[in-house]
Amino acid sequence: MSDLMNLNFNDITGEMLKVISDFDAEKGFVGAYNIREDTQCAGRQNSTNITITSKTDKPGIDITVKPFTKGETVFIPACVTHTAVDDLVYNDFYIGEGADVVIVAGCGVHNEGEEDARHNGIHRFFLEPNSSVLYKEKHIGTGEGAGLKKIDPVTECFLKENSRLEMDTIQLGGVDRSTRTTNAELGKNAKIIVRERIMTDHEEDAVTNFHVKLEGEDSGADLVSRSVAKGNSHQAFYSVVEGNNRCTGHSACDAIIADNGKVDAQPALNASNVDAELIHEAAIGKIAGEQIMKLCSLGLTKEQAEEKIIEGFLK
Amino acid sequence: MLEINDLYWSLPDGEPIINGISCKTNGKLTVITGPNGGGKTTLAKLIAGVEKPASGRILLDGEDITALDITERAKKGIAYAFQQPVRFKGLTVRDLLELSANGSLGHSVLCGLLGKVGLCAEEYIDREMSGALSGGEAKRIEIATVLARSAKLSVFDEPEAGIDLWSFSRLVETFEEIRNDSRGELIVISHQERILQIADDIIVVADGKIRIAGKREDILPALLQGEYTCACPKRMGDCK
Repeated sequence: MSDLMNLNFNDITGEMLKVISDFDAEKGFVGAYNIREDTQCAGRQNSTNITITSKTDKPGIDITVKPFTKGETVFIPACVTHTAVDDLVYNDFYIGEGADVVIVAGCGVHNEGEEDARHNGIHRFFLEPNSSVLYKEKHIGTGEGAGLKKIDPVTECFLKENSRLEMDTIQLGGVDRSTRTTNAELGKNAKIIVRERIMTDHEEDAVTNFHVKLEGEDSGADLVSRSVAKGNSHQAFYSVVEGNNRCTGHSACDAIIADNGKVDAQPALNASNVDAELIHEAAIGKIAGEQIMKLCSLGLTKEQAEEKIIEGFLK
Repeated sequence: MLEINDLYWSLPDGEPIINGISCKTNGKLTVITGPNGGGKTTLAKLIAGVEKPASGRILLDGEDITALDITERAKKGIAYAFQQPVRFKGLTVRDLLELSANGSLGHSVLCGLLGKVGLCAEEYIDREMSGALSGGEAKRIEIATVLARSAKLSVFDEPEAGIDLWSFSRLVETFEEIRNDSRGELIVISHQERILQIADDIIVVADGKIRIAGKREDILPALLQGEYTCACPKRMGDCK
């Protein structure tokens, strides 16, 4: 159980934490955590197996998970709660051999002012052999100010033999600008699984860049991006999967566009080994008329049907 | 009870598909049959509101529903099982069945619904209704979404298409169960003799018109005789 006395953050952060990291105001976080608010630390706790320390040369933290730690969750949410904040943070995760943990990141940006508010988290993951991580990241933007709400995460992943990283990322509106960059290098039999869901509306713009290098024998990547672009929003999906050994790579970009939404998808596959099996799928289109028709035949209106279809698509 | 008066419908290029159909359903289970391309599916779509007629009227229990759209007709109690099941990325079998039933469903209800189409709930409720399901699986789930509605009038368009023999037998039993209790009226478009055999009424549609309609016991013998004589010259005594 966390020590609630440790926590010292404002109400906006409190509300955003509930959304981005399922924060329970009664119980707090169970396990290790570090809460970042407006470039400062608003609460931290270590567990027996997970240690969080501040970097000394630049803003950010090192999260170290002891070898063979099983079943623990570490929370590292970051919130920007007012205008004219440009938060840059470097977080490094060292996952010990054979460990199996969940990391809940997540970022909220609230902006009521005229100037921009931005969070830029640069994360590096070092997975030792046989380790496994489920990384969950949810992004939200709130507040009605004219200033833009920006989130630009950069994630660098280094996966050693037999390790596994599953990234589950979600951004469902309110973020005006985001550029998400994810690079990964995989060793022998390592696996990376990415599930990304993005919804943009109004004038929002979201760009995703993936670059996965499958270096080790029998390494594998599975990247699936589902996106919905409404209003005048724009999304771009750029992915490169490199197969440099016997490996399997799959990437899929599935997008629904509505109103004046725009989506660019540019998948690339680069193979330099005859046993590299790489596949890409991409589809962009509006909601199929027959899907709306089917749900209307169950008694839903056209608007309710569209809402359900999008809700399911991004679930 | 459904009443159709002088219904017409054409393709956008002007080709006539439904050419003046009038009929009334009086039984619990009406089977519409007839040759391929004769207008049966279009008739089902006109009943469900997927298509709007060029002229004519459709009445449900005496109320004119011709001008109502698909949602409004669904709310009036019409359910429609598509011939080609619609796939959804992200929506699960449970999601669809709960949308159909307009509320959350307990495990035993889900088991019951899927059991009626020969599927095990444990295996299917959390699966996406996506392209990952086989044609037969998707078709059976499509039928289950209509069963979940317990509607006043349920329309099934070729429910046998793509379904294996065992599931089909179970489905025939389900149609009989619905017919035998007071849950609602059924219109089934089918070519299957086993479904024709459980019909109260049969309507034969060909060339966009009703060729013949009436009680099963009056229509079916002639229909089967006709089919055999068409298919096999021996029965007509032409073969030496």
